[in-house]
Amino acid sequence: MRCFIGIDLGSTTTKAVLLDEDGGMLGRGITNSRSNYQTATTVAKLEAMISARLTLFSRALAQDGTGIADVGAFMAEIERHFRLEQFLDQLDDLERTGAAVIDGERFAGREDAAREALGLIFDRLRGEAPAIYAPGAERKSDFFRDIAGSRYMHIAEDVAKEAGVAFDMLLNIYDKSIIGVENRPPAGAMGERFKRAIDRVLGETSRKLDREALDAAMKSAFGIDIEEANIVGTGYGRVTLPFPKEQIRSEILCHGLGAHVLYPKTRTVLDIGGQDTKAIQIDKDGIVENFQMNDRCAAGCGRYLGYIADEMNIGVHELGPLAMKATKSVRINSTCTVFAGAELRDRLALGEKREDILAGLHRAIILRAMSIISRSGGIENEFTWTGGVANNEAAVKALRILVKENYGDVTINIDPASIYTGALGAATFALREANAKGAQA
Amino acid sequence: MTTKPEKPAVVKEPSMLKQKAMIARNYDKLTSAPETGKKVVSTYVPGNLNELIMCFDMLNNLPEINAIQNGLRKQSGNMIREAEKMGHSEDVCSYVKADIGAMARGAIAPNGKPMPPPDLLLLSYTGCFTFLKWFELLRDEWGCETVMLQVPYDGDGKVTDNMRDYVVKQLKEEVIPAMERISGVKFDIDRLRENLKHSAAAEDDFVWVLQSAMNKPSPIDAYFGGVFYIGPIFTAFRGTEDAVDYYKLLRQEIEERIAQGKGPITPEGEMGEEKYRLVVEGPPNWTHFRDFWKMFYDEGAVVVASTYTKVGGVFDFGFRHDPENPLESLADYCLGCYTNRNLPDRVAMIENYMEAYQADGLLINSIKSCNSFSAGQLLMMREIERRTGKPAAFIETDLVDPRYFSAANIRTRLESYFQMIEQKRRPAGAPTPVAA
Repeated sequence: MRCFIGIDLGSTTTKAVLLDEDGGMLGRGITNSRSNYQTATTVAKLEAMISARLTLFSRALAQDGTGIADVGAFMAEIERHFRLEQFLDQLDDLERTGAAVIDGERFAGREDAAREALGLIFDRLRGEAPAIYAPGAERKSDFFRDIAGSRYMHIAEDVAKEAGVAFDMLLNIYDKSIIGVENRPPAGAMGERFKRAIDRVLGETSRKLDREALDAAMKSAFGIDIEEANIVGTGYGRVTLPFPKEQIRSEILCHGLGAHVLYPKTRTVLDIGGQDTKAIQIDKDGIVENFQMNDRCAAGCGRYLGYIADEMNIGVHELGPLAMKATKSVRINSTCTVFAGAELRDRLALGEKREDILAGLHRAIILRAMSIISRSGGIENEFTWTGGVANNEAAVKALRILVKENYGDVTINIDPASIYTGALGAATFALREANAKGAQA
Repeated sequence: MTTKPEKPAVVKEPSMLKQKAMIARNYDKLTSAPETGKKVVSTYVPGNLNELIMCFDMLNNLPEINAIQNGLRKQSGNMIREAEKMGHSEDVCSYVKADIGAMARGAIAPNGKPMPPPDLLLLSYTGCFTFLKWFELLRDEWGCETVMLQVPYDGDGKVTDNMRDYVVKQLKEEVIPAMERISGVKFDIDRLRENLKHSAAAEDDFVWVLQSAMNKPSPIDAYFGGVFYIGPIFTAFRGTEDAVDYYKLLRQEIEERIAQGKGPITPEGEMGEEKYRLVVEGPPNWTHFRDFWKMFYDEGAVVVASTYTKVGGVFDFGFRHDPENPLESLADYCLGCYTNRNLPDRVAMIENYMEAYQADGLLINSIKSCNSFSAGQLLMMREIERRTGKPAAFIETDLVDPRYFSAANIRTRLESYFQMIEQKRRPAGAPTPVAA
């Protein structure tokens, strides 16, 4: 099977999208960009490949008459368990790496205590892992680093007290291990992890499942040879991709085309990424007519929210929900990322509530985006918002209000997976190019 | 230890070497003024009266050019910080701050010798209001005589006899008497006529050079290369035989390029295939000049016409300095500078370039610290898009403040723009062609 890959190397996250020959979505993957675009590309592609196998598996299930009526729900179970299996594999890796760190000189004389404490921590981590991936469990992030990191800290604090070892030492072991672990793709065969995931589903489900039929479907899904027919890269780190120039597209073109693929009536696209805010006008075919973006200052971009979250000592995913609890919106004067912390403390000192300040901050970001939109020519129906910040409900709320105030009732499209829009555009370019080449041949 | 790969040596043609020698000679003349006893006039590029200044054996020192030289030499950043320490805000024109900062650091000319203080500040006001304040600061610093030539703004897009007479009257009654007094040299109109004859001859060849970009491929880059071509005619050389010779030489070089079907020459040698023909509005960035240019020629983008090469005089619509009407033609020259033209005029000029030079699009380089140029640029862009149906794009840099040059951001915008032109060339929705 020929597939077409789009890679979007963002400043914060790296995304990969796999399309089949008909432009159908096969799979998509995302990972932290870290400071290593090479690894980020590998991991994002691997994640997309996993998601493609799940897609193929679900297609096989739908065809093979395994008697599963609700393939979607069943696949969600499989995926949940697959993620758990992968998480456990990565925990093993983290523990092994940590043990190697302990063997180093630094811990001379404390090895036994450290090893024992580490053992305890990982036993507990493994013990609570199924709960993290339980049905309906909310995860603040899908990245191993975020999930494992926050749980490790929590447990290590308890273990340090119980075992009478320094928490700092345990923290140090983690810090020294996590970079290595997140910078290599999860070890072990993907197929094995799938099998174990199916076993887990079979173990806990009340469904009547035919193991043989499932195995057959899996075999057929994994038997398909996925050939990378063409790949196009985009995003902030695009110049680091080992591709020839023809296979690299500007993220502005990719976001424009991606938004067009998702919502063909789109005429105006807003993308708020980690480092850039872009307003793009496209025509009926998804071709860019005009664009504007922020200047060198990343004010009002995703990074701004990152700083605010750091300043408040909460996760970036928690900002939106907290801001939604606001009863009013505090007026924020500056969207300057550098001043963000000062402005925040300033408002707190004046007695404003955190949620009200956050609501104001979200509004300030959108105001800045509105200015860039108007410079690009304003909003034409329909309007599509892409990029990571579009997942933030408080930002969405502020945007809806401001769009209505400025442009009246226009259709606003926000895809839940809008963070993949750039990669989707890149993959679409990859597919179109290959088709053109085929037509020429 | 790894060594940083060296940048390839800059390729220089004879005309470039000649210009370099001319500039070096001029700086030597300026810095040796205390010994030779020559008087120094500071004035600005737009509306500069070089032919007149030469009539009094005075030397012409242009503060913007010094700021540009310091920008190209990557010295301006420190000077700007110096000026900010003195209290000048971040938003102030970076030419001004580079100049003020350079003075605070001892006013060293690019040849490493001290720059003498001016004997006369001659403000020929042609549209940039910052110039007024700049000279006020300089007057405060040097305490020297200041003359302001009030050139009426072409608000209605039409130069009237009244406007011309007003400028001529000031030349006669204020500018020339001040120059006579300071230099001790009596004004000789025939000497001015002689200078203007040289100006007109150089202007003919200069215009020919600019218009050579109508060829396909264009033998020149009329923005990045253009800033070198305007060098002599916009500064202390207009009206000299040196300038006449320079443009003759340049013209010969370009004639040869056309005969050989060659594109522009870049700092890294011959440019590759011409893929995009652009018109550019706004001054270039000087602190990252070569990196900035490289973003264009690496992608096959050549600038075929630019408004920046008109700030020191608009010659390509017929105006020439006229020995028969010396003072009137100086007035017309000042009145016609790009900076003195209203927005509709600027739009009409850009539209003309878009058509005459068969450009693919308009690019605006908006200067962060230049309010004078930036005002109205977005509206100009929209109007050009509407009239020509060709795509336009907007980037932001600065003149000589290196902090405002974000290479990744500019590259993203430029690449997007080039790819956008590429996409728009093909029939609607057609896929991108595959590189062979």
